[in-house]
Amino acid sequence: MANAKIKSSWQWAAYGLLGCATVVTLYPLLWVVKTAFSPSQTLDPSPNPLPNAFDFTHFSHLFTAAEQGAHFGDYFMNSLMVALATAFLGVILSCTAGYAFSRLRFGGQDKGLALFILTQVIPGVVMLIPLYLILEKLRLLDSLMGLVLCYAATSVPFCTWMLKGFFDSLPKEMEEAAWVDGANTWTVFTQIVLPVSRPAVAVAFLFSFMTAWNEFILAATLLNAPAKYTIPVALQKYIGAYQAAWGSFAAGALLASIPVMLLFFYLQKHLVSGLTSGSVKG
Amino acid sequence: MKAGRCLALMMGLALWASAASAAQDMVLWHSYRGAELKALDSVVKSFNNEQSTIKLETISIPYEAMASKLEVAIPRGHGPDLFIYAHEKAGAWSANELLSVVPQAQAQWAQQNMLPQAFKGVSVGAAVYGYPLAVKSAALFVNTALVKEPIKSVDDFGALKGKPGIYPLVYETDSFYFHAPWFLGLGGSPLDAQGKVALNTPAFAESLDLVRGFQERQWVPQEVTATLVNNLFNGGQAAAVMTGPWFLGEIKKEVAYEVRPLPKLANGQAATPFLTVEALWVAQTSANAQAAHQVARYLADASSAQIRLHQGRQVVPLASAWRGDGEREIPQDLLAFYEQAQVSVVMDNRPEMSLVWEPAQLALQNVLRDGVPAQEAMAKAAHRAAAIQKPLPPAQSPTVYLILLSLLVLAGMAYLIRGVVRINQQGRGKQSAVGWLWTLPAMIPTLLLVILPFVFSLGLAFYAHDKGSFTFVGLAHFKDILFAQTFDLLKPLSFYYALAVTILWTLSNVSLHVAIGVLLAVALNQKGLRLSGWFRVILILPWAVPNYITALIWKGMFHKQFGAINAVLNSLDLEDISWFSSFGTAFFANLCTNIWLGFPFMMVVALGALQSIPSNIYEAAQVDGATPSQQFWMITCPNLLKPMIPALMLGCIWTFNQFNIIYLVSGGAPDNSTDILITEAWRWAFARQGRYGYAAAYAALIFVLMLVLFQLQKKVNQWQTQK
Repeated sequence: MANAKIKSSWQWAAYGLLGCATVVTLYPLLWVVKTAFSPSQTLDPSPNPLPNAFDFTHFSHLFTAAEQGAHFGDYFMNSLMVALATAFLGVILSCTAGYAFSRLRFGGQDKGLALFILTQVIPGVVMLIPLYLILEKLRLLDSLMGLVLCYAATSVPFCTWMLKGFFDSLPKEMEEAAWVDGANTWTVFTQIVLPVSRPAVAVAFLFSFMTAWNEFILAATLLNAPAKYTIPVALQKYIGAYQAAWGSFAAGALLASIPVMLLFFYLQKHLVSGLTSGSVKG
Repeated sequence: MKAGRCLALMMGLALWASAASAAQDMVLWHSYRGAELKALDSVVKSFNNEQSTIKLETISIPYEAMASKLEVAIPRGHGPDLFIYAHEKAGAWSANELLSVVPQAQAQWAQQNMLPQAFKGVSVGAAVYGYPLAVKSAALFVNTALVKEPIKSVDDFGALKGKPGIYPLVYETDSFYFHAPWFLGLGGSPLDAQGKVALNTPAFAESLDLVRGFQERQWVPQEVTATLVNNLFNGGQAAAVMTGPWFLGEIKKEVAYEVRPLPKLANGQAATPFLTVEALWVAQTSANAQAAHQVARYLADASSAQIRLHQGRQVVPLASAWRGDGEREIPQDLLAFYEQAQVSVVMDNRPEMSLVWEPAQLALQNVLRDGVPAQEAMAKAAHRAAAIQKPLPPAQSPTVYLILLSLLVLAGMAYLIRGVVRINQQGRGKQSAVGWLWTLPAMIPTLLLVILPFVFSLGLAFYAHDKGSFTFVGLAHFKDILFAQTFDLLKPLSFYYALAVTILWTLSNVSLHVAIGVLLAVALNQKGLRLSGWFRVILILPWAVPNYITALIWKGMFHKQFGAINAVLNSLDLEDISWFSSFGTAFFANLCTNIWLGFPFMMVVALGALQSIPSNIYEAAQVDGATPSQQFWMITCPNLLKPMIPALMLGCIWTFNQFNIIYLVSGGAPDNSTDILITEAWRWAFARQGRYGYAAAYAALIFVLMLVLFQLQKKVNQWQTQK
C-alpha cells in the first residue's frame, strides 16, 4: 500500500518534470511556427508565441519563386538525394573498418583508431580552400557528387568509431561458433554481425544524414548552378546584407525539419540502444 | 595561362548546357532578392533581346557565402564574368587581383554621369574598378500621423517625446553604421590618411555624448535590432526611425510615412550617413573581359537605370535617371534617399576599414549599455584598435623550417618502417595486412578529404596574410598567441582568457546536458507512464530544427526591453536584466540556448543506458527496502556512467567547437568576453582584415588541446577498465 503511494507520487513528479520540459522545449519552437505562418517577414518579439494568423504566403512563395526553373521542391530533392547518398556511403565505407578495429588484431591498430577519432576535433572553418583545390583536381566542383564525397568523408570517422563501440559490446560466442564451423571473416561479418547491428547502423545512418542535411558553407562555395542548390543554400538566400526575410526562412526551416523528425521518429528505438555502446542486452 | 584554360573548360560546359545557342555565354553573380531581383532579371532580359552575340545569365548566391566564394573561385578561373557586390571590398579585391580595371572611356563616362560619392566608392587610387548600380544610406522615416512639425535639428526629437509608449527616434544604436551620421556630421573620419583607425578624436567623444543624451532622455529605446526598428515603426510606437532604403518594402500599408533627410546637429552641420555603393565588377579572369565591360556599361546605363529605379525601387546613382523619362513619376521616397546620398560620405574602401567596426562598436556598447564615460570607452576602443591592427610579424627565411620539416617527415617514415618491420618479425605481417585492408574503405576518403586539407591549412599557420599575399613568418603567430604578446594575459582577446571561457563553457554545458538528460530519461523510463512516446518525440525537437533560426529566437527572448524572459521577470515583480552587458548574464544566455539545443542528445543516450541496467538489481534493492531515491543514487547513477562515456566525449567536442550559438546569441558581448576559442579564431580570419595565418595558428592550437583531452579520456578509460 505504502509502496504504491510512493510510486504514484513519483509518477506525478515525472509528469510535472516532463510537462515543464515540454513547455520550455516548445516555447521557442512555436515562434518558428508563428513566423512561418505570419504574413510579414519579421520576427515578432512579443512574449506570446502562438500564431496570430494562418497565412500560407511564405510556403507558396517557396514553391513559386523559381530561379532558372528551380524552386524549393527541387532543393528539397537535391538535399534528400545528397543526404541519403551520404548516409548510405558513410555507413558502407565505415562498417568494415569499425569491425576491423573491434575484432581483428593488427599492428598499429590503436594508432589508426586514434587518427579517426582525432579528425572529429578539426575545426571545419579551416578546410574550405584546401577542399576546393582537391575537388578541382578531381573535377568535382559544382557537382552534387563532390558534395556527397566531402560529407561522407567527414562522417566516416564518427561512424567508424561508433560502430566499433557497438561491435565491442556484442557477445563473441556467436562469432566463435561460426569460426569453428569454418566460416571466413567476411561471412561472419555479413551473415552474423551485421544483422544484429541494426541499431548502430541506424545511428550511423542518421548522423551522416544530418551532417549532409544541415551543412551550408561548403555547399554554397562548391555549387554554382541554382538547379543544384541544397536546402541550406536556398534558405540562406533569404538572409541578405541589409535585411532578412524571416518569414520565408522560417517556412523553409519548418519544411526542412520534417524529414529529420520523421527519421528520428522512425529510428527512435534504434537510437536509444545504438548510441550507448556496451548497453545491449545479451 | 592556366586560369584561361580553366575558364575555357567552364565556357565549354556552359555551351554544352545551352546546346544550340551560338552566342557567347556570360555569367553574372548576385545576391539580390525580391523587387531588386525582378528588376535585374528584366534588365538582363532586355539586354539579351537587344543583341545576339552575348547571352547573359544570372546566378543568385547567398550573400553570406558570396565574398568567400568569389575569393576562391575567381583566381582559379571558376568565377563569374561579372558580379554585383558592395564597394567596401574594392580595395582588398583590387590588391588581390580579383577585379579588372574599367577601361578609360567607360571610367570617364562614370565620372561624368554618376553621383560623385558613388564614383569615389569604386575608385582605388587613380584606377576605377566598378560600375555603380545603386547607393544605400540611412535617412529618416517619419510617421506622418505622429509627426506634424518638420524635424530640422536633433533637438526637435525632444518635442516628440510626450505620448507614453512612443519613442521619438528608433535606430540600431549599438551599430556603428547607424552611429556614423552623428560622428561624420561632427567632422569625424574613421580612418586617417595612413589607414590607421582614428577613433580617439573629439568628434567621436562628442558623438558618444550625443547618443548618451538621447538614451538618458529616453528619446531612443535600448538594444535596438533591425527587427525592433521594424516592429516599433509598424506598430506606431516610433515617431521616426533612421534606416536605409531596404526598409521601404517592410512598412505596412496602414502606416503613413515620409522619407526625410537627417536633421542638423548642434554645430549646424547635417548628420551625414555612410554611403554604400552596390556596383557591378568585372572579374579579372573573365575570358572576355572586354565584352564584359560592355555588358557592365549597359547594365549601369540609362535604360537599365530606369528599370532598376521604377521596378527594382533602387536608389540609382546615375544622375540623369532622376530627371524622369517623361512617362513615370519619380517616387518621392526614393528621391529623398537620392538627396540624402548627396549629403553623405562614401564608406572608405581601403581594407583597413574592416578594423573600424570592432573598436567603434565596443565604445558604443560601453557607453550605451554600461554607462561608461565617453573618454573611458574611447580609451578601451583605442586599446582594441591597437591590438587588432598590430603589425604583421617580420618575414623569416624558411630554410631552417624546411630542414626541420624534412627531418620530421624522415622520422615519421622511419617510425612507420620500423613498425612494419617489427610486425613482420613477430610474424603478424599477413594478419596486419588483412586488418588494414578492412579499414581501407574508411581510410582513403578520410585521408584524402579530411586529413590532407587539414594538414594543408596547418601550413598556413606559418604564414602571414596581407591583401592577398602570404609571407613566411615561421613560428611568430604561435609565439604571439602563447606568450600573449599583444594583449593582457587575463583579458578578452588573449588566448588564455578565451581558453578559460571555453573550458567553463564546455564543462557547464556538458554537465547540465547530462544532468537534465538523465533526469528526463529517468522520468520517461517510469513504468506505466502514459504519453511517454509523445514526450519523447517533442523533447527531441530542438535537435531537429536548424539551429540558425532557433538561436536567433533565443537571442530575441533575452532582449532587455522587449524580450519574453524580462517580461516574465516583470510579471514576478523583478527588475529587468540587461542580459548582454555583463559577462555572467551574457554567458548565462548562451548557456540556456545551448542547453536547450543539447539536452535531447544526452536524454536519448541516457534512456539507452537506463534500459541496459538489468531490472533484477532494482527488484533485489526493493526487497531490501531501498527507497526510490536510494535506488537512483546507488544503482542508476553508477551504472549510467560507463555506457555514457562515448556520448560525453562527443558532447565535449561539439560544445568546445560550438560556433553558431556564441556567434548568434551573445556575439561575444560584452567586449568579446564571452567569445570562445573557435569564435575568436573566426574573428581573426574574417572580421579583422583576413589574418588567415593567425587564425590557422589558433586552429592548430585548438587541435593540440583536443589531442590532450583525448589522451586524458583514454587514461580515464584505462583506469575504468582496470577497476
